[in-house]
Amino acid sequence: MNARSIKFIAAALVVGTIATACSSEAEPDEIVLLTHDSFALSPGVLNAFTVETGVSVVHITGGDAGTMINQAVLTKDNPIADVIFGVDNTFISRAVANNLFVPYLASAIETVSEDQRLEEDWATPITFGDVCVNFHISGLEDRAVSPPGSLQSLVQPEYRDLLVVQDPATSSPGLAFLAATVSAYPEGSNYDWRDYWVDLFANGVSVASDWTEAYASQFSQSGGDRPLVVSYASSPPVEVLFGELTEAPTGVMTDGCFRQIEYAGIVKGTDHEETAGKLVDFLLSKAVQEDIPLNMFVYPTNRTADLPDVFVRFTAFPDSPLIMDPDVIDDNRERWIEEWTAIARS
Amino acid sequence: MDSNRSLVAERRSSKAGRAALVAVPALFLGYFFLYPLVSITIRGLTVDGNIDVGVIGDVLLDPTLQGIAWFTLWQAVVSTVLTVAFALPAAWIFARFEFRGKRVLRAATLVPFVLPTLVVGTAFLALAGPRGITGVDLTGTLWIILIAHVFYNYAIVVRGVSAYWERIDPALEDAAKALGASSTTVFRTVTLPLLRPAIASTSALVFLFAFTSFGVVLLLGDLTYTTIEVEIWRQATAFLRLDVASTLAVLQILGVGVILIAYGRFQRRTTVTFRHDVSRPPKPSTRRERSAVRAVVASMIIILGVPIAALVWMSFVEPGGGLGFGNYSSLGSLPSQSAAFVDPIEAIWNSLRFATAASVIALVIGVIASAALSYTSRRVSSGLEVFVMLPLGTSAVTIGFGFLVALDWPIDLRSSLILIPIAHALVAIPFVVRSTVPTLGSVRRQLREAAAALGASPWRAWWTVEFRLIGRAILVGAAFAFAISMGEFGATAFIARPAAPTVPIAIFKLLGRPGATPFGAAVALSVILMAITAAAILIIDSVRPEQRGEL
Repeated sequence: MNARSIKFIAAALVVGTIATACSSEAEPDEIVLLTHDSFALSPGVLNAFTVETGVSVVHITGGDAGTMINQAVLTKDNPIADVIFGVDNTFISRAVANNLFVPYLASAIETVSEDQRLEEDWATPITFGDVCVNFHISGLEDRAVSPPGSLQSLVQPEYRDLLVVQDPATSSPGLAFLAATVSAYPEGSNYDWRDYWVDLFANGVSVASDWTEAYASQFSQSGGDRPLVVSYASSPPVEVLFGELTEAPTGVMTDGCFRQIEYAGIVKGTDHEETAGKLVDFLLSKAVQEDIPLNMFVYPTNRTADLPDVFVRFTAFPDSPLIMDPDVIDDNRERWIEEWTAIARS
Repeated sequence: MDSNRSLVAERRSSKAGRAALVAVPALFLGYFFLYPLVSITIRGLTVDGNIDVGVIGDVLLDPTLQGIAWFTLWQAVVSTVLTVAFALPAAWIFARFEFRGKRVLRAATLVPFVLPTLVVGTAFLALAGPRGITGVDLTGTLWIILIAHVFYNYAIVVRGVSAYWERIDPALEDAAKALGASSTTVFRTVTLPLLRPAIASTSALVFLFAFTSFGVVLLLGDLTYTTIEVEIWRQATAFLRLDVASTLAVLQILGVGVILIAYGRFQRRTTVTFRHDVSRPPKPSTRRERSAVRAVVASMIIILGVPIAALVWMSFVEPGGGLGFGNYSSLGSLPSQSAAFVDPIEAIWNSLRFATAASVIALVIGVIASAALSYTSRRVSSGLEVFVMLPLGTSAVTIGFGFLVALDWPIDLRSSLILIPIAHALVAIPFVVRSTVPTLGSVRRQLREAAAALGASPWRAWWTVEFRLIGRAILVGAAFAFAISMGEFGATAFIARPAAPTVPIAIFKLLGRPGATPFGAAVALSVILMAITAAAILIIDSVRPEQRGEL
């Protein structure tokens, strides 16, 4: 190959790159949104974005939150999506460390409570919810015990063999509950979370592989044999809504709750950064935020969004949920899970 | 001279033909299996731009992981032996007798195959859980895992072996009997050796399924029992330790490869005198035969029927406690209450589309691969055979993530719907091959040679002779391919996919919500999934390639 043809190819490449760069400024036909499996909005809600911008939203799902982040990390050199929703505060540091996001905050970010935002502006909080111990009211009545009041009460003999939790290695509420115990019984104190779990196992706690197995199979409200389960503060309104009931059959222990916050961010390497930003704005808009509670059963982060009555009435709102710095979670997750597993197996 | 020249030409063309036979499955598996696998392994082991193999040593020396590997191996062996032991009598009655309800029973064997683990787990717990109606609590024991493996894999042996068995001429056994052998001696010295290729074939499939068992172990194994497959998933998704996950995946494949090669050596290729016209088997005539058939049917009802009946029963227990169709009617009303639920009709339609596509892909590739295995030299065929079987012994997480890393070249297929049937076909092809090859291998060569001598081209000879003879075996494979896809086996749980919810996904969405109504609806949808699968299998079973007699 002679010098002239090399120059020609180089010039062609430059022109080509400029052309692609320019075309990315133009509005694309579609934009790809990657979420976990639990993402759901009423029919037509995403369509409002298309009406507004002329861009259609292609929605792809990537399994549970952990699997989805793996997918995003594995494809970061050639992203499969422009926007990711559903990375929570137990995983967000990992996502940031892997350089997944372009820093961006939705235009309506001032509607979001300050303590839910990240220290740096990598992603926008979209939903939050509390992972708490739920109790089955009549299940406890049958056993003539009162609802537990605190994490500490769960290791008391009266709650022996009553609680089912999830494996933190395979379940996000399981990890959240483990983090709650780490936060409540910090390392360095006389009685730390490891001592707590030794006592909890001695008191007959059962471990399910995921939320579904714990709630749908082992929880006594669903026909299982355990009246206490790690679930969400918003599980009772779901029972009411889908059970067509007027009173909740379950209640929430408001001590020892862990706050999960889910973020949306622009994927680094997208060709449509500007439109991706508009989609993140849209996810924080009232149209989406007000649709979130009865589809995903978590709170919208936009404080100006109106909440449905059934949701407000039956959802417990813990006074002081445990909030943990995402970096601390990310630095320790693996060690916590390994130590927890060792305790569980012994 | 002329005839010599045409012989040379024919040899050349058949050599090219054989190369093409090998190339089609090799290219398919090369692109959709090997390339993603190698890509994800390199990716997993790459640290800061360099491949780091140090982790392999750490994994090999880790006592916890060694324990997991050992458990994975021995539970797979025990599961396989138990499955074969329970399934052989059923294969015998399907092959040798006509009895009432035979077709429905045969179709029903495949039903467990498509059931989501959680649904089966719930049925098992209803029977043998802490408050199970049998009064036996098996939770957290090894037994419940082994029973679940037998329940899931029973059909593989029953269907595979009986399709083969019915084509073995009973005259052979009769002759041995006439010579004074007892029926146990006949079974041990005549029947069993004749069946060996089919038993070996199907037990290899059962072994691979048990070896890579995921859902059953995760759900029923508590924390005590873990397979390599579950550990790969934990390492990858919980710890984001792709290096450990990749290493385990490679070790898993190597283990499976070694076992398959050893197996191939052990598996003697026997040539069975096959009946090419199978007439309908007789009804059991003696009292002994009748009671034997009854006993076997009863054992099938216990193994398969009781958990299935428990599910059907649960589907009619309404959230309020009464009996009725409430769970079924809520299937239609829930989606209108919350977008978190899937329209069941849409889900059924999607499942049927994917299952049909997956079956077609698996049949085309599988039959070509079977032909390649039967007509090439021993060396080529044993290599290809291991290659074809490997996807079944490979971690689904690895293949799913491999797709994501690799399949953006030459065109971006990563979030295309076509990947779903392709991923299912990877699991289904071994079934087509395993059911076709033993039969194909036993087609008498003279038949094809006779066709050729009568002037038929090689293709025409193949079409008129082999294809019709193996039609039944191919359909056995087709039924499995369909069921595998309906049950969403394999890597599809780990790929990013466009929203086209299938029935298993709809079931998971229902189970993923608190409340008795979604749970009841999930059970009802599982029963619908079973019914659709059984109906489809009945249709596939009733298709019989045109041939004289009943094949």
